[in-house]
Amino acid sequence: MIKVENLTKRYAGQTAIDDLTFEVGKGEIMGFLGPNGAGKSTTMRILSSFMPPTSGRASIAGFDVFEKSLQARAHLGYMPENVPLYNDMRVTEYLEYRAALKGVARRRMNERIGDVKELCGLKEVEKKLIGTLSKGYRQRVGLADALVHEPDLLILDEPTSGLDPNQIRQVRELIRNLGRQHTILLSTHILPEVEMTCSRIIIINRGKIEACDTPENLVNQMRTATGVRLEAKTGHDNGLEELKKIVGVKDISLTADEDWQVFSLRTEAGTDVRPEVFRLASDRHWTVRELSQRKATLEDVFVEITHADV
Amino acid sequence: MRKFLTLLSREIRSYFYSPIAYVVLVFFLLVSGVDFYFQVSFMNQRAVEYSVQEAFFNSVFFWFAFVLIFPLITMRLFAEEFKLGTIEPLMTAPVRDWQVVLAKYFGALFFYIVLWLPTLLYFVIFQAITRQPAGSSSGAYFGSYLMLLLLGMFYLSIGCFASVLTRNQIVAAIISFAAITLLFFLGLVSFILLDVDSTTRQLLGYFSAIEHMQTLSRGEIDTRPMVLYLSMTVVMLVFTYQAFQSRKWRL
Repeated sequence: MIKVENLTKRYAGQTAIDDLTFEVGKGEIMGFLGPNGAGKSTTMRILSSFMPPTSGRASIAGFDVFEKSLQARAHLGYMPENVPLYNDMRVTEYLEYRAALKGVARRRMNERIGDVKELCGLKEVEKKLIGTLSKGYRQRVGLADALVHEPDLLILDEPTSGLDPNQIRQVRELIRNLGRQHTILLSTHILPEVEMTCSRIIIINRGKIEACDTPENLVNQMRTATGVRLEAKTGHDNGLEELKKIVGVKDISLTADEDWQVFSLRTEAGTDVRPEVFRLASDRHWTVRELSQRKATLEDVFVEITHADV
Repeated sequence: MRKFLTLLSREIRSYFYSPIAYVVLVFFLLVSGVDFYFQVSFMNQRAVEYSVQEAFFNSVFFWFAFVLIFPLITMRLFAEEFKLGTIEPLMTAPVRDWQVVLAKYFGALFFYIVLWLPTLLYFVIFQAITRQPAGSSSGAYFGSYLMLLLLGMFYLSIGCFASVLTRNQIVAAIISFAAITLLFFLGLVSFILLDVDSTTRQLLGYFSAIEHMQTLSRGEIDTRPMVLYLSMTVVMLVFTYQAFQSRKWRL
């Protein structure tokens, strides 16, 4: 559905994206993950034909976004960051306008607009001026706009930014449902969202692709530290120093919970330091109330990858 | 074509949704009303060789209002979309650049025509009350409104171009105001500088909006200004289109 080859975009001396190559297949929900300024929006703007690349190629449904821009755009529903809308139009009016621009057949207009309003929960606000809507509703209008012409592909730039947790959940649910019939590329830096909705993830940092795989594979394959948690009373011992001596421990952070000490150990992948920790604690006669292992999360992957050069 | 018409209807609607349109309308009708009043009361005092209609279209009031409205009408056309970011959903929809540019231009032209239509009433009223024609001939009406249309088309295209150049509406307004006033005053020069030698005067006269209006409002339908304004409008629209397209390369 999306094919990107050696895509590069340079602005006045800065390279926003550098030699990106990836593909998104039909029916996939692809998450585009990266810190702010990594190049996610730039890539999406190039894919939506808003700006041309400096070099490289991209195509949507087989249509090159630069050479066959009109056809590419017809197959795409794009929702830009910050969802810019015309504040002086009413919701229904706006959707009718967008549907006409996207070539929805006149006889299908009412049906499509009704469907899309239903889907995005806009029935209650259909007569309101867009300028008076809350952020959550604006986002839904943007989504409805992207869907109105039944595109094969949806490109959503930070679809849940600025929403409250309820709204986020609703949008997430919506995206999951949409994923059954559409191919979706969405960008975000909210990791739980990605874990819950996406079939594959691309992690992009400073314009380059750092990783591209399923969430499970990423978590398993990457050399991420796993974590061990110890809650203990170490008496007169300096628990931190003693624990650091254990082979396989990368670093430790310490917090206090009343008079218990809580150690969070980051360890090498594949090592299980719990037996060592237990041996140490019993040798030293510490009182232990919890010793557990925490599996790595996507956040660990993300931090590891994007912090590597900091 | 359908997409062009969709864009056009949206442009027209957005004019009438915006408060600035009504400000312009009121200001303009006020000034033209004052103009008409003064012309008629002047004619009450002495006999003149020209018709009310001619006087109306050649007075200071007319030109003053006329030059001022163009920046106000056109400043928001592109600049606002750039500023608000709504240019992004617009240009990522399957529409062509020229459809967008022309829709905005014709939207402005439509509003401009609506602005001028009520002035026809002045002459109808005049005729009804005085039982005399307001214009010296039917050609005179045609000539003056034709001139309005031609000049309007040209100045609107300048305003469009100014709006495409910037995200800031005020800057767009200032650019178009400067350009239009400059062009207008070039035409005034031939009247003010009496000692200018005849070739320069003639040359400037060809470009003089004032002189064109004088001629056409008398009923002399001269095709030279028609060709001038139509071709210049096309040129400015081409520039606007090019500037619009070039934006994506400059982002």
